Amino acid sequence: MTSEPILETRGVSHHFGGLVANRDISIAVARGEIVGLIGPNGAGKSTLFNLIAGVAPPTHGSIWFDGANVTALPATGRCRRGIARTFQVVKSFDGMSVIDNVIVGALVRAHSVRAARDHAVEVLQFTGLGQRAGALASELTPSEKRRLEIARALATAPKLLLLDEVLTGLTPAEAQRGVELVRAIRERGTTILMVEHVMEIVMPLVDRAIVLDLGSVLAEGKPADVVRNPAVISAYLGERHRARSA
Amino acid sequence: MPTDFPERRRRLLFVAAALVVMVAALPLFVRDVYVQNILVLTLMYAALSQSWNILSGYCGQISLGHALYFGLGAYTSTILFTKFGVLPWFGMLGGGILSALIALALGYPCFRLRGHYFVIATIVIAETAYLLFLNWDWAGAALGINMRVRGDSWVTFQFARSKLPYFYFALGLAALTWLVTWALEESKWGYWWRAVKDNPEAAESLGVVVFHSKMAAAAVSAFFTAIGGSFYAQFVSYIDPDSVMSFHFSLLMALPAVLGGIGTLWGPALGAAILIPLTELTRSYVGGSGKGIDLIVYGALVMIIALARPEGLISLFAPRRRARVGK
Repeated sequence: MTSEPILETRGVSHHFGGLVANRDISIAVARGEIVGLIGPNGAGKSTLFNLIAGVAPPTHGSIWFDGANVTALPATGRCRRGIARTFQVVKSFDGMSVIDNVIVGALVRAHSVRAARDHAVEVLQFTGLGQRAGALASELTPSEKRRLEIARALATAPKLLLLDEVLTGLTPAEAQRGVELVRAIRERGTTILMVEHVMEIVMPLVDRAIVLDLGSVLAEGKPADVVRNPAVISAYLGERHRARSA
Repeated sequence: MPTDFPERRRRLLFVAAALVVMVAALPLFVRDVYVQNILVLTLMYAALSQSWNILSGYCGQISLGHALYFGLGAYTSTILFTKFGVLPWFGMLGGGILSALIALALGYPCFRLRGHYFVIATIVIAETAYLLFLNWDWAGAALGINMRVRGDSWVTFQFARSKLPYFYFALGLAALTWLVTWALEESKWGYWWRAVKDNPEAAESLGVVVFHSKMAAAAVSAFFTAIGGSFYAQFVSYIDPDSVMSFHFSLLMALPAVLGGIGTLWGPALGAAILIPLTELTRSYVGGSGKGIDLIVYGALVMIIALARPEGLISLFAPRRRARVGK
């Protein structure tokens, strides 16, 4: 992790009309890291996430990926460069089979549909959806749909995987399997930036946490330090809790 | 499941080839010119609806203005032949290329529109073109253009005495559009189109260039629709804006696919095989110009399909297929 960061935002701000969703955010993600982006509702996590994924260019500032300025690059181009994402509200291609969903992702790198299909089979096995390859995406359970989101993104062979609340709303057992999957993805060499709302799920998983509040970076560091940070506690739980835990 | 996939694709080809052979043998038994006429139209609409299906079924960009490309094909080959003596075969190709280029030019602004707004744009553009041709003196205006008759020959693609050459051409065109769709289905474009149809935002995040996907689908779709238009002009040997560019044609290209199964390989052909004979029969047996009755039939069919089988009639065959895959 001595090399330059794989992802860097430099002074990124984003406004929706008069609302400032992100204010002067500068963060960096090192190669091979699992970084959690956390914060209470309305902190600006999703906005920052979307800016990194290329949904819209930021109002101010720049975004650097793998040594290049990608600020002006749209989502399609960022995917080609190696940024893949999932959606918080799953957006599977419901009219297509599970494997066809994954083939769409694999086609970004594959030279032929046949190669993409082979790659898709591999990714489905890795993500534990091998048995469901022939099913329609609309027939999957909610947790399987989350997995499909991840499988589709992984099929693009990303260097950086952006996960948007993939562990939220799962049963404890499902969430545990999700945590294992995220670890396995990192083992394969993919850097991960994940937005999560629920702290107790992400904290044991991530190497580093970045806490946003009211559109700015409130704290960042090792999970154990961040959860003890008084500013973080008050942002999450309110002033009263801060006083009690101090 | 993935292992038997190429096998299933190949089997589709055999089924299609067998069907083509069977249909090709039909004239041996069907000598009645009136019935032959219905067969030609059925095959033509199978081809047209298959072309429409590429843009609207697979890529999900519903067009109700395909009469524009049909008319352009008919006018291009007819004008080139009657005014400049260019053989209809070249005219047909020229009309196809012209339509594809116009589809790209129109797609450039229109593909920024989504859903109903896109549909409305296609209707308005086709109606505008219809009105232009209705008032364009050089192109025959409302009086239309009579094809110069040069006697029966494959060179000029004119046959006054027999329907059979038209029948075999229409069969070839239907088979070709089916084959093109079959090939595209398992190409990068095929996957991209379906992804764009289901969720453009997710498609973009996976590296799909949504705009180019729509443009490619529009160009292929317009090209084959125009070929059908040129064919129709040869078949009826007289065209005017009403007979090749009216809204009626846009509907008749969309309905077989909707009836049979939108975005499916067999839907358009199945839909055409049911809808076109039904239309022609109601037209001749219920009498009069029949213009009202066939529209009532369409309306009723669409309502029944929408209520009972929204995926189209082809879905009646689907449960058997899935049961086999499941074993």
